[in-house]
Amino acid sequence: MIHSLFLVNASGDIFLEKHWKSVVSRSVCDYFFEAQERATEPENVPPVIPTPHHYLISVLRHRIYFVAVIQSEVPPLFVIEFLHRVVDTFQDYFGVCTEAAIKDNVVVVYELLEEMLDNGFPLATESNILKELIKPPTILRTMVNTITGSTNVGEQLPTGQLSVVPWRRTGVKYTNNEAYFDVVEEIDAIIDKSGSTITAEIQGVIDACVKLTGMPDLTLSFMNPRLLDDVSFHPCVRFKRWEAERILSFIPPDGNFRLLSYHVSSQNLVAIPVYVKHNITFREGSSQGRFDLTLGPKQTMGKAVESVLVSSQLPRGVLNANLNPSQGTYTFDPVTKMLSWDVGKINPQKLPSLKGTMSLQAGASKPDENPTINIQFKIQQMAISGLKVNRLDMYGEKYKPFKGIKYMTKAGKFQVRT
Amino acid sequence: MTDSKYFTTTKKGEIFELKAELNSDKKEKKKEAVKKVIASMTVGKDVSALFPDVVNCMQTDNLELKKLVYLYLMNYAKSQPDMAIMAVNTFVKDCEDPNPLIRALAVRTMGCIRVDKITEYLCEPLRKCLKDEDPYVRKTAAVCVAKLHDINAQLVEDQGFLDTLKDLISDSNPMVVANAVAALSEIAESHPNSNLLDLNPQTINKLLTALNECTEWGQIFILDCLANYTPRDDRESQSICERVTPRLSHANSAVVLSAVKVLMKFMEMLPKDLDYYGTLLKKLAPPLVTLLSAEPELQYVALRNINLIVQRRPEILKHEMKVFFVKYNDPIYVKLEKLDIMIRLASQANIAQVLAELKEYATEVDVDFVRKAVRAIGRCAIKVEQSAERCVSTLLDLIQTKVNYVVQEAIVVIKDIFRKYPNKYESVIATLCENLDSLDEPEARAAMIWIVGEYAERIDNADELLESFLEGFHDESTQVQLQLLTGIVKLFLKKPTETQELVQQVLSLATQDSDNPDLRDRGYIYWRLLSTDPVAAKEVVLAEKPLISEETDLIEPTLLEELICHIGTLASVYHKPPSAFVEGSRGVQHKRLPGSAGSGESVDSPDTGSAAGVSEAPPAVIPSQGDLLGDLLNLDLTPPTTTGPPPPTSGMQMGAMDLLGGGLDSLMGDESEPPPIPLRTDTPQSPQLSHQSPSPPDYSPTELGGDLGGNPAMAAGFGAPPAVMPTSFNAPVSGGLDDLFDLGGGVGMPMGSYSPPKTVWLPAMKAKGLEISGTFARRSGVIQMEMTLTNKAMSVMTDFAIQFNRNSFGLAPAGPLQVLTPLSPNQSIEVSLPLNTVGPVMKMEPLNNLQVAVKNNIDVFYFSCQYPISMLFVEDGKMERQVFLATWKDIPNDNESQFQIKDCHLSSDAASNKLQGSNIFTIAKRTVEGQDMLYQSIKLTNGIWVLAELRVQAGNPNYTVSLKCRAPEVSQSVFQSYEAVLKN
Repeated sequence: MIHSLFLVNASGDIFLEKHWKSVVSRSVCDYFFEAQERATEPENVPPVIPTPHHYLISVLRHRIYFVAVIQSEVPPLFVIEFLHRVVDTFQDYFGVCTEAAIKDNVVVVYELLEEMLDNGFPLATESNILKELIKPPTILRTMVNTITGSTNVGEQLPTGQLSVVPWRRTGVKYTNNEAYFDVVEEIDAIIDKSGSTITAEIQGVIDACVKLTGMPDLTLSFMNPRLLDDVSFHPCVRFKRWEAERILSFIPPDGNFRLLSYHVSSQNLVAIPVYVKHNITFREGSSQGRFDLTLGPKQTMGKAVESVLVSSQLPRGVLNANLNPSQGTYTFDPVTKMLSWDVGKINPQKLPSLKGTMSLQAGASKPDENPTINIQFKIQQMAISGLKVNRLDMYGEKYKPFKGIKYMTKAGKFQVRT
Repeated sequence: MTDSKYFTTTKKGEIFELKAELNSDKKEKKKEAVKKVIASMTVGKDVSALFPDVVNCMQTDNLELKKLVYLYLMNYAKSQPDMAIMAVNTFVKDCEDPNPLIRALAVRTMGCIRVDKITEYLCEPLRKCLKDEDPYVRKTAAVCVAKLHDINAQLVEDQGFLDTLKDLISDSNPMVVANAVAALSEIAESHPNSNLLDLNPQTINKLLTALNECTEWGQIFILDCLANYTPRDDRESQSICERVTPRLSHANSAVVLSAVKVLMKFMEMLPKDLDYYGTLLKKLAPPLVTLLSAEPELQYVALRNINLIVQRRPEILKHEMKVFFVKYNDPIYVKLEKLDIMIRLASQANIAQVLAELKEYATEVDVDFVRKAVRAIGRCAIKVEQSAERCVSTLLDLIQTKVNYVVQEAIVVIKDIFRKYPNKYESVIATLCENLDSLDEPEARAAMIWIVGEYAERIDNADELLESFLEGFHDESTQVQLQLLTGIVKLFLKKPTETQELVQQVLSLATQDSDNPDLRDRGYIYWRLLSTDPVAAKEVVLAEKPLISEETDLIEPTLLEELICHIGTLASVYHKPPSAFVEGSRGVQHKRLPGSAGSGESVDSPDTGSAAGVSEAPPAVIPSQGDLLGDLLNLDLTPPTTTGPPPPTSGMQMGAMDLLGGGLDSLMGDESEPPPIPLRTDTPQSPQLSHQSPSPPDYSPTELGGDLGGNPAMAAGFGAPPAVMPTSFNAPVSGGLDDLFDLGGGVGMPMGSYSPPKTVWLPAMKAKGLEISGTFARRSGVIQMEMTLTNKAMSVMTDFAIQFNRNSFGLAPAGPLQVLTPLSPNQSIEVSLPLNTVGPVMKMEPLNNLQVAVKNNIDVFYFSCQYPISMLFVEDGKMERQVFLATWKDIPNDNESQFQIKDCHLSSDAASNKLQGSNIFTIAKRTVEGQDMLYQSIKLTNGIWVLAELRVQAGNPNYTVSLKCRAPEVSQSVFQSYEAVLKN
């Protein structure tokens, strides 16, 4: 099971270590540092590194490496999932997961880690339970604690930990009862030179924020549940009911949680909401290159495409770019060769474009590589897959809750090859 | 007001200051001080000096303070064991606390204090907590058993905690069940042969029920445990699959992958014509695809596993090619894995798409990735015949880009394509030749030379081209030199008139000016061949080459089967069996897929199972690209990068060694006979050359088998039939097999294995009246521990049991101690306890020391005894002469030790007979100047070979023994056995 955890920052310093069994010397991280040195980019460090006596499994989140040390055969995914849970918990507790935040709350961090793992076995990883055990630090509470001398560790056995619904604490009370659901879809796509789609798929999630008194039992049904053939549920969802009726039936956790994530694969027809017209050329023997890019909306069902950001890694030979955007601003970093253009909203009447020249080193040959264009965007009030919630009902409690459903589409890894 | 204040203390007297604060009367100040201490601890500062002061803060009702002190204790108790005892009382008290949270916390913390003295006090509270009314406490206690086992395994067994833990599998609370399973699995890992997790349909049912209700982590433990179960029939298999399938929709990817493992394994048992089988196949694809949209680290692990799954069941993902297309900002480790899977999924239906993608990748920035993409095009050409033409033209397009590394990589793969489709694409040679000057990597140069040599008759200026390489002959790498030599000889045989000068030049360069033995030998062989019989030379050098196989880089089928059983584990990430790399898991049983119900194989016959697996795969598997090249170029210089398991036992090395020795004999012994042509080489010189270089240590069994097939002289050299080879990797398993062999091989052999007389091991005074004397014997290949138990006390003794501590050779009781009737006062009983050698291993001093614990109704007694190492000599320890010679030479002289045996009056033949009785086999006898030299071999149960030379001089009562062994530490004990055997 998980033996130890080391937190390593971007500059390669170990700033926190935690051991659940015997102490493993931090020199074991030297193997990690070696791998880190070899990797060209921070994210290229291999996630599983063997050392003579241990295995190091690491994840990189918020520019911090979380390095777990294991000694025996442990499923790596188990470790990686657990590390993600640690990151999520830190973020949940401290708002951000940074070296400074962790150092500022080092005692809470230590208490949390101790509570999350016992002898390498996960103990309490649900944020609801953890929050009952260890209260998250807030400015108010720290002040009150210092004055009254009370503590931020719960005295009671967390109620949820053993109930049939371990994710929900009992005795929840709200004056305003509300349940919000966000359907958020990310579209991953690769578009080739000529503008045709090579692959496109949708990763969707339904995130919920439920603040309901008591023990509500909710059902959520869809207009077109057929779309959801590849789904992963929060443990609260009753699987049998879904199998039989395609209805989500569940007792929700209290607060924020991810109810469902789904995947619409490339075999379904996925609508592509934007198109790109591009012309990036270099001529042999000339030290100039042409750059011409135009964006336009496509299949958006009349909704506006917003927060558009275009970025591209230009070839190494490019010294500088002299471009002219029709809207928004662009930057080019001559060191990393990263071009990014903050477009904003696409106006279908006047399509945004970025035109100009790139200068190459004099006498250098024409670059071999073709830059890939990465696009980010958001579309409000639309789920690109067409998924629609039919209705939400509540049973088990008498009050009438306020319900809300929001849709949004974002670009995930949306890439256009040139 | 953040915790960072805890880090800022004044420089001088930091510890001193903290000490004062810890001893303060004010509760608040104390707590702040403990927090400061913890903060220092987290950043690795040594605050152990404050131990007594911190422990003093432990008795408090403040839960936070208590927890903090516990944290501190866990970290430092080990370094201050005496002080840690101070904390025991509070722990014991806390285990009785009315608040279950405190009870659980106390038992949890106690388990983390890794101090022997504390563990003794832990037993009683732990026993209570395991039966606590509150499930939260029970589940915490379950984990605590695993902790305790890690510190003191014996104690856990003696206290019967394992049985309590087993009972918890039937607990009413699913969380308790999950933790019990987790704890048992962890304990089982260090006790591979104990059937702690004895799975039967009832327990399976309980686990499946708990599966639906426990946390995600518990589900992982339960699923991993389920995967070890072998269902009785296909109906049970189907019902388990049905109950596991919902787990595929879990948000936790580890749960999903563990579920996939269970399904992949149990699916084997379902008849393929069953409707459910098809449904299940369909259900497996979406969750695997979903794993690929997770974070890159998860993707990587998922991809490594998908790689295995598509090799075993390509039909699952055959329509999902597109999800493996590479995004330009994927981390490199994800890119490379995706590429590999793309090739595995490539088929005639999707090859156009794949090629377009690969061509796209070849223009990316990352050089490693580009190279791999170019290679992938070549692999596609070899795999999908219909696409070969298109692949070749794609490669030509890439060569036109003139990007240096792309061109070189393309040439290397084109050479492979030529091997697969000879005389089909030679039209491209002209284009290749244009790029001759830009090649600067040895692999590409060697590939180009091979092409020129192979098609010399179609290239007008082949001699000029090769000559241009010859100019810098001495600066080339060995790979290129060897290839150039072969290439020019080929050219000469094809166009003898114009190239005589060239061939002489290269032969003299290779034989006279080179100090590389491989090169020199190959040069001489060509020279001799050409000068004695040019016709034979032509037959040999220009012999027809076997085509390379369909798919490259496949995992060997038996290994694949084992890896499928390990989906989701580290083994699946490394594509190696767990025994190859997990520390301390020597005894891990090789897992196998259950046989299919439809095919009529019995589940418990692993060999037929694997044979079926083999027959599905292409007959000849060429392991990997790198290796392929080695074969093509007739070199064995680059060690083969096969994915096969590295064979750790020396038996395997013997095999490899013999391969070489035997080959040498057959070559040298009979010159008229044409040298045998091994399967995978295109010219025959490779066996001769290869024995100059050290034998490659990681030959996989199939490869070895492949090579042997062509050479009968070698096949005879194997000590054991090849069928046994795969299993003999694992020492404990081979122990079992050895025993089987003994039954066969032992017939007609003198059975008088030496057994020392009984000695008193445990005097009655020390053991409350129980006296034990005993000895060891080896009978029919089974080690027996023979004991006389005498009751010298006044009361009856019952309930005998025996346990061994870990020992050097893994000796362990093969069954319980059979004392059926109670032992009355003054009664003696003879007991014979069969032993096996599959127990846990730990090196003892002396090596043959065995620590034993015997239990009866009165108490537990400990004693240690020494067994003669001759007990461990196995019956198939007779080595082939050739192997013996090679091994003797191979073992460094530093490992040789010499001993004198005094006052022995046996003739050499009598000595030899006597020794044979104890499985010391005489292989050869030589008489030099009145001195008899006996060459003998011994094999130990763990596969260690000991070679001996016994010198006996007529009339001289002093013998000399020289022992050579790869593990020289056994020599002393072996010598003692010699002495004991010869003198009795």
